[in-house]
Amino acid sequence: MWWQPFPNLSQLSAALGGLSGVPELEVETLRPVNLVQERNLLPPGPWSRTFRCTLTSIPQTQALLNKARLPLGLLLHPFRDLQQLPVITSNTIVRCRTCRTYINPFVTFLDQRRWKCNLCYRVNDVPDEFMYNPVTRSYGEPHRRPEVQNSTVEFIASSDYMLRPPQPAVYLFVLDVSHNAVESGYLKYFCDSLLENLDKLPGNGRCRVGFLTFDSTIHFYNLQNGLSQPQMLVVSDIHDVFIPSHDNLMVNLKESKELVKELLAALPSMFAHTRESQSALGPALQAAFKLMTPTGGRVSVFQTQLPTLGAGLLQSREDPNQRSSTKAVQHLGPATDFYKKLALDCSGQQIGVDLFLLSSQYSDLSSLACMSKFSAGSVFYYPSFHHVHNPAQLEKFQRDLERYLTRKIGFEAVMRIRCTKGLSIHTFHGNLFVRSTDMLSLANVNPDSAFAVQMSIEDSLADSSLACFQAALLYTSSKGKRRIRVHTLCLPVVTQLSEVYAGADVQAITCLLANMAIDRSVSSGLPDARDALVNAVVDLVGAYRTSVSNLQQNGLVLPSAMRLFPLYILALLKQKALRTGTSTRLDERVFAMCQFKTEPLPQLMRLMHPDLYRLDTISDQGALHLNDVIVPQPQLLHLSSERLSRDGTFLLDCGSVLFVWVGRACSDVFLRDVLGVHDYASLPPSMNHIPELDTPLSERIRAFLDWLQENRAFSCPLHVIRYFRLPTTHYVIRFLSSPYIKQTNKNIVSFNQSSVVHRL
Amino acid sequence: MTMAFTFAAFCYMLTLVLCAGLIFFVIWQIIAFDELRTDFKNPIDQSNPTRARERILNIERICNLLRRLVVPEYSIHGLFCLMFMCAGEWVTLGLNIPLLFYHLWRFLHRPADGSEVMYDPVSVMNADILNYCQKESWCKMGFYLVSFFYYLYSMVYALVSF
Repeated sequence: MWWQPFPNLSQLSAALGGLSGVPELEVETLRPVNLVQERNLLPPGPWSRTFRCTLTSIPQTQALLNKARLPLGLLLHPFRDLQQLPVITSNTIVRCRTCRTYINPFVTFLDQRRWKCNLCYRVNDVPDEFMYNPVTRSYGEPHRRPEVQNSTVEFIASSDYMLRPPQPAVYLFVLDVSHNAVESGYLKYFCDSLLENLDKLPGNGRCRVGFLTFDSTIHFYNLQNGLSQPQMLVVSDIHDVFIPSHDNLMVNLKESKELVKELLAALPSMFAHTRESQSALGPALQAAFKLMTPTGGRVSVFQTQLPTLGAGLLQSREDPNQRSSTKAVQHLGPATDFYKKLALDCSGQQIGVDLFLLSSQYSDLSSLACMSKFSAGSVFYYPSFHHVHNPAQLEKFQRDLERYLTRKIGFEAVMRIRCTKGLSIHTFHGNLFVRSTDMLSLANVNPDSAFAVQMSIEDSLADSSLACFQAALLYTSSKGKRRIRVHTLCLPVVTQLSEVYAGADVQAITCLLANMAIDRSVSSGLPDARDALVNAVVDLVGAYRTSVSNLQQNGLVLPSAMRLFPLYILALLKQKALRTGTSTRLDERVFAMCQFKTEPLPQLMRLMHPDLYRLDTISDQGALHLNDVIVPQPQLLHLSSERLSRDGTFLLDCGSVLFVWVGRACSDVFLRDVLGVHDYASLPPSMNHIPELDTPLSERIRAFLDWLQENRAFSCPLHVIRYFRLPTTHYVIRFLSSPYIKQTNKNIVSFNQSSVVHRL
Repeated sequence: MTMAFTFAAFCYMLTLVLCAGLIFFVIWQIIAFDELRTDFKNPIDQSNPTRARERILNIERICNLLRRLVVPEYSIHGLFCLMFMCAGEWVTLGLNIPLLFYHLWRFLHRPADGSEVMYDPVSVMNADILNYCQKESWCKMGFYLVSFFYYLYSMVYALVSF
């Protein structure tokens, strides 16, 4: 071999931060862990955030995979916001001739002129242009080119990939203006947010916007440049929706900016005295579809109640008495296929539909969410939204809206996932449309959606010691450029069961099982899905016990890499999406299920198994220095109430909310320097911000909190809570009843031992 | 040797003809799955946004076709079982009962939004569902072919014996 990235397996594994090559690490990861004895269990180390596999050592055959009793799948976050992204501007994109894989760091160069594909093993020629490296300006070293040095690259697509001119950024806002909507008061905050962010909407000079409002009739707005003020056109025939005027409803943002601003300023007051209580959402969506058909783009739908008029009208299906039922939950699937068909039509025309549901009563989210599920949109839900009575939801809505309007977006996208010969993908999870067994149609891509796929091993992988996966996302950027983002992942293939267990990624496995459980609960019922999750743990324990024969200990023994698996599954069973016995509104449950299908993995793990830090003993040890700010990195604590003590202050990072819990005996220095109060008794009952004080401790704490907020897409509210003071009781209950702050270790062991003993 | 035109013989004659129809349906299904699998051949076409609509319409059209075949197939097979029961042909009935239960199970486990018996365009292209449906079609093809010859033999036997 003239040049090969990783001549032997141990080098590759070492390079991947993997298992062999470091004897101490190897022993550590292969060591069995007895959960009855080990109490201090922390989550495993940092992983890639873009592309993760449930098993970082791929079993060679399907039989071995079955023996391990673990699912094989990938979790990817292809359009994630990246700090550094190498963009390749060359004219030739080098791809394998048979399988069309993009050249990646894991190919083998046989000599200077030929390369061997790592997915289909075909030998290809290196084109002349590829021999020149523009970065180092040297000739004859194709392996130094950026495409071969980075596993995530972005290509600028040549004209072959553009058979129609790339579409401009087109945004349509469909707003509910019924009486209910005006009561909840969202309209004013939406208009304010959009006015503020109008210049930050991703797009170039060709960007277009439009507005549609509806109650029992549909209102269009003529914003043609040259008019003195926006003109409203009302269509009252909702059974046969037509577009009143073709050119002036979706207007160029730059040209008609003044009119758009006038409209946004006037909208809240226009409907302030409306008495219309009906909502014709279906016809409004049909009108939106007709408006967007020529170009494609993004439709943002704001709805505050059940649609009661016209096509797609829905009935109230929830039975409040069944909320705490332990039996199967009814009505998790859609009541009508109207929204699904609409989503399919939209997907075909490259229109993505995002739904903001701001309702206080049951609105059949399971049917409404279909409009986003199959058109690659996103769903946002604000239960009990009211601009006066529920300030927490209002603040969340405003933050989410700011992120939503300004985040990056890709249009008319397709994604294909290729794997090494022998592996095949059989199920996709997420908001997408599967148009072919390995290709997905995504009308819109956004940086906050993730996908999961399940794989199987069709043929033995004996030919090679490496298995590679490549996800290629072809999209149109908001500036109208066609781009291809390519992620490649390379993992070793192993033949021993112990090595499979040593390389298991417990967080990825939990999330993939969550996706599978949600599908199962819709098709065969919630109790079935819960049983399947428990069986996953029981099967693993049984399989491990039979495979590692030298176990003398009694107790719950698991491979070290999977030591947190029972805890994660327990936490999963207590999530709103899958819990029974506790009163859960149907819409909230359905929304929690949608979240599990689309949120990226780190966020999901925080939702299920929050991070616990101690704040009052924060120090500069191991701190990061970012932009002249010192960001302390307190140690992650084992998530158990044993770690909480009354003389400390702790931070619980739950993904969508942050809790700061102040112990009763917390030091006065901390209270004074960070929270700005003299003593514990003068802490206000509800505190949502850490005051900006000029002390070093306050700066450190605030830097850490800001760093946590920046590392996630949607910033979350903060609550400072005290110990048992009445107004904050509901926060305390949430904090203390989070699925972990209990005598959790004892619970898991007894739970699992009883089920394990019962089944084995 | 007299030819006795019994009710059993009549049953077998009818099922023979209808079984030919069932074989036809299953062949149609197998071809439809093959059509579903073929997206545009050219990768440029596959990534072309204007082709996306064609592909979705294609998938929906084929799914509609497959769905229209489901109820006729199940009811014809149900009719077979009924006829054999009335004719007292217990062996033949016994051979067809498993397939009857399988059909019932499939029919009762269809998606809940009511409109579609099965073959949902949004999930049909997942390889596990597609492979399952293809395997199902091939198995049924084998079963119906074997039943066709069995009914032929039984018809002749019923006509000739007395």
